[in-house]
Amino acid sequence: MVSVSITRAKVEAGLRRRHRREVLLRASGLAATFVGVAFLAVFFASLIGQGASAFLQTRVALDVEYSAELLAPDGEFDPQFADFDAVVRNSIRERFPDVRDRRERRELSRLVSVGAAYQLRDRVVADPSLIGTSERVWVPASADVDMVVKGKIERDLDESGRPVSDRQLAWIDALEADGRLEKRFNTALFTNGDSREPELAGIKGALMGSFYMLVVTILLSFPIGAAAAVYLEEFAPKNRWSDLIEVNINNLAAVPSIVFGLLGLAVFINWMSLPRSAPLVGGLVLALLTLPVIIIASRAAIKAVPPSIREAALGLGASRMQVVTHHVLPLALPGMLTGAIIGMSRALGETAPLLMIGMVAFIVDVPGSFTDPATALPVQIYLWADSPERAFAERTSAAILVLLGFLLVMNLTAVIMRRRVERRW
Amino acid sequence: MQTTTLILVLIALTVAAYSVGRGRALAAARQRGLRLHSLPGYYGYFTALSCLLPALFVVLAWQFFAPRVIGALVIGSLPEAQQALPAGELSLLYNNLRNLATGDVVYGDVDAVLRAAAALYVDLNERSSLLLALAAIATAVGGAALAWRRIGPEFRARNRVESVILGLLVAASSIAILTTIGIVLSVLFEAVRFFREVPITEFLFGLNWSPQMAIRADQVGSSGSFGAVPLFTGTLLITAIAMFVAVPIGLLTAIYLAEYAGNQVRNVAKPLLEVLAGIPTVVYGFFAALTVAPAIRGFGESVGLDVASESALAAGLVMGIMIIPLVSSLSDDAINAVPRAMRDGALGLGAMRSEAMLQVILPAALPGIVGGVLLAVSRAIGETMIVVMAAGLAANLTANPFEAVTTVTVQIVTLLVGDQEFDSAKTLAAFALGLVLFVVTLGLNIVGLRVVRKYREQYD
Repeated sequence: MVSVSITRAKVEAGLRRRHRREVLLRASGLAATFVGVAFLAVFFASLIGQGASAFLQTRVALDVEYSAELLAPDGEFDPQFADFDAVVRNSIRERFPDVRDRRERRELSRLVSVGAAYQLRDRVVADPSLIGTSERVWVPASADVDMVVKGKIERDLDESGRPVSDRQLAWIDALEADGRLEKRFNTALFTNGDSREPELAGIKGALMGSFYMLVVTILLSFPIGAAAAVYLEEFAPKNRWSDLIEVNINNLAAVPSIVFGLLGLAVFINWMSLPRSAPLVGGLVLALLTLPVIIIASRAAIKAVPPSIREAALGLGASRMQVVTHHVLPLALPGMLTGAIIGMSRALGETAPLLMIGMVAFIVDVPGSFTDPATALPVQIYLWADSPERAFAERTSAAILVLLGFLLVMNLTAVIMRRRVERRW
Repeated sequence: MQTTTLILVLIALTVAAYSVGRGRALAAARQRGLRLHSLPGYYGYFTALSCLLPALFVVLAWQFFAPRVIGALVIGSLPEAQQALPAGELSLLYNNLRNLATGDVVYGDVDAVLRAAAALYVDLNERSSLLLALAAIATAVGGAALAWRRIGPEFRARNRVESVILGLLVAASSIAILTTIGIVLSVLFEAVRFFREVPITEFLFGLNWSPQMAIRADQVGSSGSFGAVPLFTGTLLITAIAMFVAVPIGLLTAIYLAEYAGNQVRNVAKPLLEVLAGIPTVVYGFFAALTVAPAIRGFGESVGLDVASESALAAGLVMGIMIIPLVSSLSDDAINAVPRAMRDGALGLGAMRSEAMLQVILPAALPGIVGGVLLAVSRAIGETMIVVMAAGLAANLTANPFEAVTTVTVQIVTLLVGDQEFDSAKTLAAFALGLVLFVVTLGLNIVGLRVVRKYREQYD
């Protein structure tokens, strides 16, 4: 009896300490889980906070006079010699007639984006009868005006500390009071290629580059990956060669992506002399990069097909290849496609190997083929993130939101597909 | 003929070959009153494969060799004075000539010689693509004809087709090996060229990294020094910071989710952590450079610390967050691989849940967790975009997380992005760094994967 009570006393003496430890571990586990989730929340909040405004762009209403003098100096309209810049300058000066000083006038002109002249030119080229008439046109404001209107440039800073002068601020206020400044949906972001002017820069070129690249990637990596998975699961004899392939695939899945970039640079560009900066080469590199992902996912899908199905087909006289093509592949295909989508979403977000093969240039034109110079969406984000202008930071966030949107759609498709086709045998 | 049209023609031929082969087999069987060995479709597939595969091979081989042959012919047509130019200038000249031929921007003067060579280039290219089309179509038709001749009721078409497909499957699975060999060879080859210029001991043990090479011989102060130790320490510093964040948080998350969390919490937290793993690294880099780094700098200033704007801390912290899901999912696997009986036994002996976890399950799962951490370290060492955007370029030899350091991957990117001569020690250095990176991560991966797998098998 004595010993029981001693044990009891010992246990009870330690009990509070033990309970405290229990609570401590539990609380720190909860805190750790919370850190990850909280980071995600902060991350998305800051991205959306910074990027949402980039989907709107400030526009200025100009009363444009398409004067024949400037547009058709020799009596005939030729877009090459027509001075649309002057038309834009005159239109903005007309609103502020008392600005006389040359320097002030230049500051005034800087309120309007250089893209305004292109917009007017396109209008006149489409309809030359506009010459000699006047109309009110909404043209993009310059990035600085945009930032002021969106409140991203602090007005109470000293004049030397902000990119807009006091005079320009006054003009902006006057325009706003007139109802001549308006934030509208930023179509340029989705219809333009890259540009040095933030208000004209868009992600269309990068999107097309990514699209061409992913086409090459999926065309190569899915058939090859599926074939490799079929071989390894269904045909490969258990020998050293198969082991070697297996170890190789697992290792390749963990090799840093930049090393694949080095491979692409040395093999595809220097040895095979394929063009630099081309989506073709990017697609090849990304295909090699995603191959292990697709092989591993496809093997899992093939493994999930129960052996009884194979045995039944074999018993009915099918050859091993027929078992695979008639039964295993159709049953495993949804799972393999899920793997392919996940591989593609990884390829879409990949940046480092593309830097190695020269897809990091400033490219204005939207690529139209697999060999045109191009960038990709993540590379565009990298390039914009490096730009010092305030307006580019906003656009970088917007481009990130677009990229994450694509990734979300791809991953959701994969999840839904997996749920719908998941079969319990 | 354009390559795309050629491919389309080949595909059309293949489809035709299928129906011809199938028809031939059926006709032969009917004529001789015999049963076919295989299903009729297999005779079609056999003909189609014999039509397509050799032709595709011809196209690929042509695409690879033709530019070289044309280049040699065009350069051979140049006057001897120009042929004697050094390799670099000659390739510049050849590029210029190609630009002239395709109507691109041309640098320098265009003289008659260049014009003639460009005309030759255009001419040869046209001839080459015509020849290619002829050769490919001839191969396709020839292959199909050979197959057609062999078709008869006794011909084992299915076995033939299946062995060809099996061959293709083997080829597809060898691509993984080819990739590895390609990586090793391409990196090793250039690295060896680098080590011929810079001794390997200087590279591995030198303390000074400034890869700017003199462009002119008389240039001052840019002899270039390639001591990579500051890069290694910088990489290690950032990796250590990342691990300092990722390992405790990842492990505690795994413990919490495995032992304490209810189903609801688990169903929310796990997918969210997967989202964390799916965010592209360039996005993390942007966040590190534009949000975290200024915040750390501001915080440092407020407590009187001198923090560099591209501090190792910012890059390391964000990288740690990125790696949390990797650590937590691998730890989760390791914890779940421990048999339930061990936990239940511990609880039955009166252990608290935390005691069962810390004193029974974790020690049993430790090898698996260590393997997972090794994989995470390899991931951190090879991570590129976060450090390119948030860490610095200056190679400081320091262990102070508030200072800017540079890493192996950052230097590879800066050495290789932009205009480059392929022969200079500067670009070759990137490959030497790549070699080090590949060897180190490969070692960590092999050990990590082996430990993870071996351990998992132990309890199965």
